[in-house]
Amino acid sequence: MPSTAVRPVRIVVAKVGLDGHDRGVKVVARALRDAGYEVIYTGLRQTPEMVVDAALQEDAQVIGLSIHSGAHMTLFPAVIAELKRREATDIILFGGGIIPDDDITALKKKGVEQIFTPGTPLQEIVDWLRKRLPESAV
Amino acid sequence: MKVRARDANQVWQEEFEGAPARDDGIETSTISGVSLKPLYTREDLPRRDEEFPGQFPYTRGIHPSGYRGRLWTMRQFSGFATAEETNRRYKYLLANGQTGLSVAFDMPTLMGQDSDAPTSRGEVGHCGVAIDSLADMETLFAGIPLGDITTSMTINSPAAILLCMYIAVAEKQGVPADKLGGTLQNDILKEFIAQKEFIFPPAPSMRLVVDSIEYCAKEVPKWNTISISGYHIREAGSTAAQELAFTLADGMAYVDACLERGMHIDDFASRLSFFFDAHIDFFEEIAKFRAARRIWARWMRERYGAQQERSWKLRFHTQTAGVSLTAQQPELNIARTAIEALAAVLGGTQSLHTNAMDEVLALPTDKAARLALRTQQLIAYETGVANTLDPLGGSYFIESLTDEMERQAEAYFKRIDEIGGVIPAIESGFFQKEIADAAFRYQKELEEKSRLVVGVNEFINDEADESIEILRIDPLLESQQSERVREVRRKRDQAMCANALQSLRKAAAGTDNLMPHILEAVRAYATEGEIMQAMIEVFGTYTETAVV
Repeated sequence: MPSTAVRPVRIVVAKVGLDGHDRGVKVVARALRDAGYEVIYTGLRQTPEMVVDAALQEDAQVIGLSIHSGAHMTLFPAVIAELKRREATDIILFGGGIIPDDDITALKKKGVEQIFTPGTPLQEIVDWLRKRLPESAV
Repeated sequence: MKVRARDANQVWQEEFEGAPARDDGIETSTISGVSLKPLYTREDLPRRDEEFPGQFPYTRGIHPSGYRGRLWTMRQFSGFATAEETNRRYKYLLANGQTGLSVAFDMPTLMGQDSDAPTSRGEVGHCGVAIDSLADMETLFAGIPLGDITTSMTINSPAAILLCMYIAVAEKQGVPADKLGGTLQNDILKEFIAQKEFIFPPAPSMRLVVDSIEYCAKEVPKWNTISISGYHIREAGSTAAQELAFTLADGMAYVDACLERGMHIDDFASRLSFFFDAHIDFFEEIAKFRAARRIWARWMRERYGAQQERSWKLRFHTQTAGVSLTAQQPELNIARTAIEALAAVLGGTQSLHTNAMDEVLALPTDKAARLALRTQQLIAYETGVANTLDPLGGSYFIESLTDEMERQAEAYFKRIDEIGGVIPAIESGFFQKEIADAAFRYQKELEEKSRLVVGVNEFINDEADESIEILRIDPLLESQQSERVREVRRKRDQAMCANALQSLRKAAAGTDNLMPHILEAVRAYATEGEIMQAMIEVFGTYTETAVV
């Protein structure tokens, strides 16, 4: 449980793009919630603008994007552009989905901090967040 | 000395309990959580009359001749990039012995929008082929005689539009609609439940489904108007029993809707088809397929009073489980797919898609697609499993597990009835919650290593490079396809197109069957996006409340 002194980390998880494959995003959302994070799941078919809106409104420190349609090379950079436009680049962006290795390298260069592919243990995602946000009281 | 059976059973029991057991902590229940005994005996066999294939309730298959009469259709789902490229892949697959086509559409097409729509950005041609208008459909089937092959089209919200495009292409080839054979997925209920490619709210969505079933019963009588799908429910994380129960419940909801329209059960029931997943838990899958046939036959005959035998028979397509494939050590996916395909065949499937090993990473390359097809040919022609009808029939274990699947499905039907039916259960998030719970439970079992996935949570290869060649979609394609649809819009007869769309809008606001109106709009080269938009203006759209 979070201590009373520190506000728990808020994470907006979102499905961007047109596909409706929400199994992964829901499993990850539950695991993060079980690990003590405050998780806001936006639902399906969010545009980059909607995702950043949600993160700003919820005062989230982290955005997790799930994408399975193959449009990751368009949509991840679009979210980064939107974060820049709204001067919110302090928000940590990570993601997951069916994303080939070469694309992961390219996306990391563009500013996606981490990408988890199918088969990743949930604990690995939690551990990564704890390391990335050590000050968070979860 | 002769030992009596009872004694032998007791002896075994004692010896089994006295013997050391494996203590690796691996679950012995099925992947869906059905607990299994270590041994099944004659005592587990249900007490009922002997059953035969081709006879009610068809547990042992719907055909008296099984695969001795005709093998299953090897139908590889495929589509990518542009209509030209996909047309080339179809010709390649047909030349390699594939016996039916199955179209995969890209996300914008599935969601009823044109390639040049702002929200199509980055999605064009990625998950399948981009189809914006009749012009693209003409290219897709160029040189493929539609009177000689059957085609399956995986599309749901805009299903009626794509079917009309197919009918219109056939017209141009000189093939009348009553000669067309194939399947339209057209299963909107599972979209609300699992795959989430819905556009209109449930009521108008159901109207469109019933419109197409009603229209085809008269005009396209050999067409399977719907493929009631458990596949997506399973892929979204359900158990085998949930897949079975939710799919058959959907099937009954469509039957109810058609009856409400005033159709007679025997006029449409035989054109309802099903689509199941073949997951990796071998025996459970076989039991699921056998139970599906039995339950459907009983409900159709006893609850709905169907008189014709063909209305009782559940015919189904199967696809091996995409969700069981792993990005780690991807060549292992060939073995997984072969085992899953074997379960589908032993379960008596009418047609089968085997996944390619690289589908966990991207759309399949030519080589991977060919290997997947060859796997089916190997099962059909090398292993001998097609020589005997329902070879596992009578197995203590399989018969008992088939009954268990049936029991679990019937329990779910009761719960769905208590909620008020399928649509209220969708609107209250019942299915979505059941599926999300099952998916999370399974993931937890992987984390705890009470279930193993080779290469993922055990037997991991340390060598970093596991890369295999994958198919890349040319980024230029999106602008080219967008230009193509703009050209179609420029060159068509504008008055004819506008009139057709206007008449569709009017019909949508009334109670006419929409199929003839959609067909007119398609013939006038209205784009998919424009036709959808005309209906959205009348029907509105649907947003689900997200359940985590």
